[in-house]
Amino acid sequence: MIFELIPSTLRMATPLGFAALGGIYSERAGVINLALEGMMLIGAFGYVIGTQASGSVWIGLLVGIGFALALALLHAVATVTFHADQIVTGVGINILALGITEYLLPTTEQVGGLPHWKLPFIGTYSFIVYLLPVLMVASHILLFKTPWGLRLRAAGESTEALAALSLSRAKWQYIGVLLSGIFAGIGGCFLASEVHYFTKGMTAGRGYLALAAVIFGNWRPLSGIAACFLFGFATALELANRWNIPGQLLNSLPYILTMVVLAGWVGTSRPPASLGKMQS
Amino acid sequence: MFASLLRNRESQAKQLFVSFIPSLLAIVGFFLLCGLVLQIRGQDPLEFYSIILVSGFASFDDFGYVLFNATPLIFTGLAVAIGYKSGLFNIGCEGQLYIAAFAAAWIGIHLNLPPFLLIPFCIGGAMIAGAGWGAIPGLLKAKYGAHEVINTIMMNFIAFALMNYLVTSVYQEPGQMIPQTQQIHEAARLPRLASFLPILPQSNPLNVSFLLACGCAVCCYIFLTYTRWGYELRLVGNARDAAAYGGINPGTVTIWVMALSGAIAGLAGVAEVMGYRHRFLDNFSSGWGFTGIAVALLGRNNPFGILAAAILFGSLNKVALDIEILLEVPRGLFLAGQGMLIIWLVSIESLSRRGTKKS
Repeated sequence: MIFELIPSTLRMATPLGFAALGGIYSERAGVINLALEGMMLIGAFGYVIGTQASGSVWIGLLVGIGFALALALLHAVATVTFHADQIVTGVGINILALGITEYLLPTTEQVGGLPHWKLPFIGTYSFIVYLLPVLMVASHILLFKTPWGLRLRAAGESTEALAALSLSRAKWQYIGVLLSGIFAGIGGCFLASEVHYFTKGMTAGRGYLALAAVIFGNWRPLSGIAACFLFGFATALELANRWNIPGQLLNSLPYILTMVVLAGWVGTSRPPASLGKMQS
Repeated sequence: MFASLLRNRESQAKQLFVSFIPSLLAIVGFFLLCGLVLQIRGQDPLEFYSIILVSGFASFDDFGYVLFNATPLIFTGLAVAIGYKSGLFNIGCEGQLYIAAFAAAWIGIHLNLPPFLLIPFCIGGAMIAGAGWGAIPGLLKAKYGAHEVINTIMMNFIAFALMNYLVTSVYQEPGQMIPQTQQIHEAARLPRLASFLPILPQSNPLNVSFLLACGCAVCCYIFLTYTRWGYELRLVGNARDAAAYGGINPGTVTIWVMALSGAIAGLAGVAEVMGYRHRFLDNFSSGWGFTGIAVALLGRNNPFGILAAAILFGSLNKVALDIEILLEVPRGLFLAGQGMLIIWLVSIESLSRRGTKKS
C-alpha cells in the first residue's frame, strides 16, 4: 500500500527539494530567503510563457530559471548591497511575483512537459526527479568538503571571518542568493511542466514549505531532502485519502513538526550563526 | 544620548516629517511606475491618473468603499507595527485574523443574547482567540529562542488547514456546498454607517468596524507613547540589554506583545464577520495580513501614519477594480506595484539608517 504512494511522493517532494536546496545555499551564506515562494511561482510562469512562445520546453526551462534568477538578483541587491531587512524584502518579492504573474497571466493553452526517462526498478519520471538526489549529494560535498563551501558557509557563520581573509562577504552572499534563484526556478518549472499550464498562485505555499524543510533538515542538503520526502509523503497521503484522517491534519503536519523541531523538543536545529545579520 | 533626545524633542515635528519622506517618495515612484507600464501598453497614463483621483473620491459612496477597504488593513497594519516596535516580526496576522474571525462567528451563532452583551462577547472572544494564536510563537521565542517569523508562517498554514476543516466538516451551513458557516444572530452584527449617515446610500458596506479601527489607532498611539507598557515595549525593541538591565524581562514582553499583536490582527476578522459578511467564509481574506506589512512600513509604524497608509491602500484597491473594468488593466499591476513599494521602502529605510549612523 505504501508503495502505491511512491510516485506521488516523488512528484510532491521534487519541487520542494529544489526550492529547499536553494534555501540552503542562501541561508548558509547568511541571507534569509522567504522569497523562495515568489521565485518558484515566477519560475513556473516563465516555463509556461517561454514554452508557449518558443514551442521548446528547453527554452521554457531557461526562461523560468532566468525569471527566478532576476528576482533573486533583486533580493540580493536589496538585502546584501542595501542591507534592507531580509524578511520584509522576501515578503515584498513574493507579492511582486504574485502581481507580475497575475498581470501577465498566460493563456490556458497547454504546454509540453519536460522529458520523462524510464529507469529500471524505479519507473518513468521527469528527469528533474532524478536530478534532485544527484544535486543534493553534490551540494553536500560542495558545501561541507570543499574550500568553496567553507567560504560560502563562513559568510553565514560570521560577519567578519571572510573580511579577515580579505574576501568579500557580499560576493559569497550574492552567490548564495543567486543559486537559490536558480534552484527555486527549476522547482517552479517542474511544477508547471507536470500540470502543463500555469494558474494564479499555483505554488500555493510550497516555497514556505520548502523553507520549513530547510529548518527541519537543519540547513543540511541530505537531511533537507529527507525532510522534503517526508513532507511530500504527507501530501501524497492526503491525496490518497485512504485512512479517513482529515486531509487538513496531514496538510499541517509538516508545519507542526517544524515548530516542534525549531523549539528544540525533538532533535536540534541550529541556524547559521549570522543568518540575517549584516555588518553595521 | 540625552542631548540628542532633547534635540529630538525640539524638532519633533520636523523629524516626523523627515521620517515620512521615504514613504512619499515610494508612493510617487509607485504611480510613475504604473504610468510607465500603461504607456508601454499603449494606453494613456493621464487617463489612469484621472481615474485614480475620481475613483475613490468622487462621491461619499465611493469614499465609503475606500474606508471599507481600509478597515481590515488598519488593524493588520497596527498589529504588525506593535510587534515591530518591540523588535518582533508578526507575519502571522493572516492566521490570527482567521482564527479570530471564526471565534467571532462561533459566538455569534451559538449565543443568543441582546446586542449590548453579544457584541462585546463576540469581539472579546475574537481578540482572545487571536491573542492566543499570536502568543504561541511569542512563547516559543521567549522560552526556546525559536524565531517568531518561521513560527508565525507555520501557524498561518496550520490556521488555514484548521479553518478549512472546521468550515467543511463541522460547522458548514447545512444544505450548502459553499465552505461557510451559517449566519450569525442579528444581535451580533455591527450596523452599517449608512443607517446613521444619510449621505451614504444603503448599499454602502462601510460599518461601525471602521470607527473601531480608528479608535484602535488612537488607543495604540496612547498605549505606545504614554503608558508604562508601551515604554517597556519600545525599550525592548530599541535596547534589549538595557531593558533587561533596567529590570524588564524581555521574554515576558515578547509573549504579551505577540498576544496583543494577534488580538489586534484578530479585529480584522471581526470587521469581516460582524461588520460585513455576517458569517465565516473560508479564505475570505485577500492577503490582508501581508498587506498589513506594507501598510505598517508606509506608515512608519506610527498609528496615524498607518491610518493614512491603510486609506491609501483602500483607495488603491478600489482603483484597481475600476481600472480593471474601464481600462482592462489586470489588478495584478497593483499587486506587483505593492511588492515593489515594500522592497523600495525597506531599502531606502536601511540606507537612511546607515546614513545617520555615519554622520
